[in-house]
Amino acid sequence: MFSTYPGQVIVDHPVKVPIEHRFDPYVDNGGTLLSIAGKDFCVVAADTRQSEGYSINSRYVPKSVKLSEKTVISMGGCYADCLTLTKRIQQNMEWYRHAHGKTMSTAAVAQMLSIMLYQKRFFPFYSWCILGGLDEEGKGAVYTYDPVGSYEREVCRCAGSASSLIQPFLDNQIGFKNQESERQTLALDEVLRITKDSFTSATERDIYTGDYLEIFVITSDGVQLTKMDLKKD
Amino acid sequence: MDHFPTNWGNPRSEDVDNYNTYPVASHIGKAPHSVTQIAGFGHAAGHPSTHTQQPVVTGTSVLGLKFKGGVIMAADNLASYGSLARFRDVERLHKVADFTVLGASGDMSDYQYVKHLLDTQMIREYNADDGNTLETPNIYEYLWRVMYNRRSKMNPLWNTFVLGGISQGKSFLGAIDLKGTPYQAPSIATGFGSHLAQPILRKELETRGGEENITEEDAVKILKDCMKVLFYRDARSMNKFQLAKITEQGVTISEPLSVETEWAFAEKIRGYGA
Repeated sequence: MFSTYPGQVIVDHPVKVPIEHRFDPYVDNGGTLLSIAGKDFCVVAADTRQSEGYSINSRYVPKSVKLSEKTVISMGGCYADCLTLTKRIQQNMEWYRHAHGKTMSTAAVAQMLSIMLYQKRFFPFYSWCILGGLDEEGKGAVYTYDPVGSYEREVCRCAGSASSLIQPFLDNQIGFKNQESERQTLALDEVLRITKDSFTSATERDIYTGDYLEIFVITSDGVQLTKMDLKKD
Repeated sequence: MDHFPTNWGNPRSEDVDNYNTYPVASHIGKAPHSVTQIAGFGHAAGHPSTHTQQPVVTGTSVLGLKFKGGVIMAADNLASYGSLARFRDVERLHKVADFTVLGASGDMSDYQYVKHLLDTQMIREYNADDGNTLETPNIYEYLWRVMYNRRSKMNPLWNTFVLGGISQGKSFLGAIDLKGTPYQAPSIATGFGSHLAQPILRKELETRGGEENITEEDAVKILKDCMKVLFYRDARSMNKFQLAKITEQGVTISEPLSVETEWAFAEKIRGYGA
């Protein structure tokens, strides 16, 4: 017999405990997004496929939204969270406009988004955000986030399901990493070419990326949207 | 770690009902002022509150397809209790508004609750008598918020809903699942239908060059074919289903109908223990 202490309950039979199934509120809807800052422009691009597991829900569900004449937001991850967050940003931007009589600057939206993400630190929005736009000086700006609000201004960033395929390519082609040649800032047509090549290549290997590509080009003239076909297989 | 400084240095109190509150206390076996107590979990009777962990009485696939001038939807009349074909005359297509139909797969009691919510909302709008009615995209947005809020409370409505309709001269077809994921597409199929019927629907759309090249008669035939395929292979389906059609003329939900099936081939199947 093993030693006991007063009051200890000895259980010598299997205990029947109901199996608990916990509901998982998150789902990864896939998709890839990318943003590149230029000297006086910014490019935000994302595919439009929405997936759930091996199934494609829809071939056209836009991931990017124009927030102002200077700012575009793009999000991937759990689409329900992304859409909720996007609507909250838009609501707050409208309140800001009514309160201050001006549109929020890209930098202001950027900091607000970080706060909004962190406010849900213990039940996070499962969303990978990239904010693209022009800063107060008219230069291209890219802000990237993790789901709990850590953020940073960068020159280029790819997020979402094919980010591990595209980001190293961007580091090389936009950031001139591991290159002998002199670093330079690229012109818009070069950036668009690299963007399109990134997505056509990622579509070949990533099952969650494809169908259509939406490219937002933000310049001092405003935001221009172009659509492109990607493979639908 | 106990994060409440007033408890530090005192004897552990988990096993003591300090104020003799049993069975009223909601935190038996928990430290007073603990996080779970503050978060509002638990129940006055001393038992934990429970949430829907799984669907019970379920409906299988719902199909939806856009065609020139409208939307058509299909769902069979069966509500299953596990593998038992429990209720055989359930209507899973519901007319929400003059130009909107809701189709439901998943838990049937949650569906009845959502029907009640939507009908309540439509009556409130009607009573406002301000010349406005909720149109399909408005109802869709409302339904999405309901589903998303319930999943955020970790107490989901266990359904995948399909909403079809016409608004401002444009046809609308969208779906929302238990995690609040909304999406719109020219063809939608839930449950088993997403594996068996959606490929057929997408192929029809692709070969014909989009919904604008599908007539109402074509759409009816395509959906009947899909329902037949589902009846052949989905063991939780039934050869008794309804079609809902939404056009500029309004909503028509058909009487229950069935399709011709052919089982002679089954005689020759070997294997599966036969």
